[in-house]
Amino acid sequence: MSLLKVSESPHVRGRKSTQTIMRDVLIALTPGAIFGIYNFGVNALIRLLVGVFVCIAIEAIYQAAMKKKVTVSDLSAAVTGLLLGMNLPSEFPIWMEVVGCAFAIIVVKQLFGGLGQNFMNPALGARCFLMLAYTAQMTNYVMDGVSSPTPLAFLKPGGEAVGDPSLWDMFFGSVNGVIGETSVIFLMAGAVYLLVRREISPKIPFIYIGVFAGMVFLLTPGHNFDFMYMLKEVCGGGLILGAFFMATDYVTSPTTPNGKILFAVALGVITFIFRMFGGSAEGVSYAIIFCNILVPFIEKVTIPKPFGWEKQKKEAKGHE
Amino acid sequence: MSNTFKGGIHPFGGKELTKDKPIQELKPSGELVFPVSQHAGAPATPVVKAGDAVLAGQVIAEASSAVSANIHSSVSGTVKKVEMRPLPTGGKAMSIVIENDGEYREAEFVPSDPENLTKEEILQKIRAAGIVGMGGAGFPVDQKLSPEESDSIKYLVVNGAECEPYLTSDYRVMLDTTDELIGGIKIALKLMPNAKAVIGVEDNKPEAIKAINGKIAGDPRISCVPVKTKYPQGSDRTLIYATTGMKIKSTAHSNEYGVVVSNVTSLYNVYEAVVKGRPLTRRTVTVSGDDISNPGNFRVYLGTAFQELLDAAGGTVQDPEKFINGGTMMGFAMYDLSAPITKTSGALLALKKDEVSSHPTGPCISCASCVSVCPMQLMPNKLAKLADKGNTEEFEKNYGSYCIECGCCSYVCPARIPLKQSIKATKKAIKAAKRRERQVARS
Repeated sequence: MSLLKVSESPHVRGRKSTQTIMRDVLIALTPGAIFGIYNFGVNALIRLLVGVFVCIAIEAIYQAAMKKKVTVSDLSAAVTGLLLGMNLPSEFPIWMEVVGCAFAIIVVKQLFGGLGQNFMNPALGARCFLMLAYTAQMTNYVMDGVSSPTPLAFLKPGGEAVGDPSLWDMFFGSVNGVIGETSVIFLMAGAVYLLVRREISPKIPFIYIGVFAGMVFLLTPGHNFDFMYMLKEVCGGGLILGAFFMATDYVTSPTTPNGKILFAVALGVITFIFRMFGGSAEGVSYAIIFCNILVPFIEKVTIPKPFGWEKQKKEAKGHE
Repeated sequence: MSNTFKGGIHPFGGKELTKDKPIQELKPSGELVFPVSQHAGAPATPVVKAGDAVLAGQVIAEASSAVSANIHSSVSGTVKKVEMRPLPTGGKAMSIVIENDGEYREAEFVPSDPENLTKEEILQKIRAAGIVGMGGAGFPVDQKLSPEESDSIKYLVVNGAECEPYLTSDYRVMLDTTDELIGGIKIALKLMPNAKAVIGVEDNKPEAIKAINGKIAGDPRISCVPVKTKYPQGSDRTLIYATTGMKIKSTAHSNEYGVVVSNVTSLYNVYEAVVKGRPLTRRTVTVSGDDISNPGNFRVYLGTAFQELLDAAGGTVQDPEKFINGGTMMGFAMYDLSAPITKTSGALLALKKDEVSSHPTGPCISCASCVSVCPMQLMPNKLAKLADKGNTEEFEKNYGSYCIECGCCSYVCPARIPLKQSIKATKKAIKAAKRRERQVARS
């Protein structure tokens, strides 16, 4: 008889692994990415491919150089690359994108200890870095060969009202913006996949969008109780992409059930403030990385009480 | 009431392999081994020595304290020796080894009518029979059934959930010996005059629910509650919640809240002990897994080697990677099949492939899967990190001691981190440190 394996129970494991989760995220991002290629053409395709493959290559090279185990097969670098590509305008210079990939993988992810240790979403960290470093290129949105503002720029309080896009165009995605953010319907198709496969909890995206929409409806200067305006704000910019695919990033969102709610509320409020009162029409990326930094504090105050806890008032005192 | 709890998992059940196999009797051929420690609490004290002749059902080791249990020989024969032998849960223990003479001559068993017995007499009979919790914990049943204020007990929760994968021994007891089981419940209810019995059975066992309902019709004190099929439904706290709606924290004793929990097989044995006067010398064991030639349920004489049980089931199909004493979620991996069947051995599993060693561990990605499945609503991710750092103070502040060691967290972890294993080790270390402190304080 060959040697028996002995280990502490449990002796069985579930089907999900880090790799299958990342694979599901890639699948879920595909409809939005394909629509981006349809909307912006071959330039978009190139940006997406560069994002994915350069991120994988940089991670592999870095890990090999540092004599660490190369872990690109877990697909997390591919997810970062695809998300980063989807967060760029279609004419963005490729060498700058490579710089962005290096920033995401090396600075945001590997320097903090690799997968699971980064405190902000690598793709978003890189987007914000590129926004500061190459502002002109990052805000040069070209569609059908013509540079034009995004719908959010039209919607911004005090912005020009000319060329206000239709809600349908914003919902379907035939508007200007970064490659992967424009189509609500295609992004939602992927989001539904993630929800059905239980890869993401519905709490964060729905509360985030709900709080944001509510504040827009009630509090936007000049657009109070303007339902159409609210819908356009929800469909415009990076909200759908951010809420379903980036705010839900496991590593950089709270693991406590109530923490997820608090995190989502904070995201909604901060996105509203950034979009309405900030210098730019966009606010989702900054809101998410800002809230990423709050996660350790949010977790600390939302540790759940164990099963059967309420009945023990005496002991509760002892712990607080 | 939703008849279930929050969290939990749906591991591969495997019960189809054996659920329709009626119990077969397995007569042992080799020597029998009786560890003096096969229950929770103090080891029993041997009362026989090498060379003594014993009868089946004769006491060979006596309970040494309140939380301890008598041990009986399951066969007639001669005591060969008293020495250290391997346990099916790992490690070794002092054991009484008996040579079976193959005649099964029995000690005298005194039957009685529970109607004519006082509470103390009933408890005395249960205690004498050496009955312990047969779901796995092995806590002496007479202790369980005699809470300090027995009048204040509102519920006797009868555990027939059998949520552990592969196991069908409780199922067969419910199905094949329904009358004895109900009789055992009635005896337990005599001890707790104000209690109602609720039998919790997972809804994947409709035949058992039907059989029980057929026997309890018209009895206002006993009801059968189908509970949702989900692991760990058969854990005390989750079952109490699913059947009565009461939330009792895992660090308290349930009888402080007026609830006593007992397993169906234990209560079947209560009936055997009180009505027939028979001590606990046999139990039902499931032999199953994808590597067993003829899976089945066996009534085994305690002390029989696992190897004999394996042979009775036709051996393995191929070289297995893992043998388990118990189920896949909480059972013990075995390395030596010469270890004996004890009072708490519910199953022997043989698996072709070991899922644990074929899955390498990766870094935590904070997916919170473990948090969402934890039936105690703890944060296994956080607790395991604190455990690995040895930070026992923060571990306790984050309610680490509430862990019931069900293993759901390790099961779901996509990074295959042994969360439960870390948490359990630290819980154990904290307990040991506290015991040392108490000892120092006393001396």
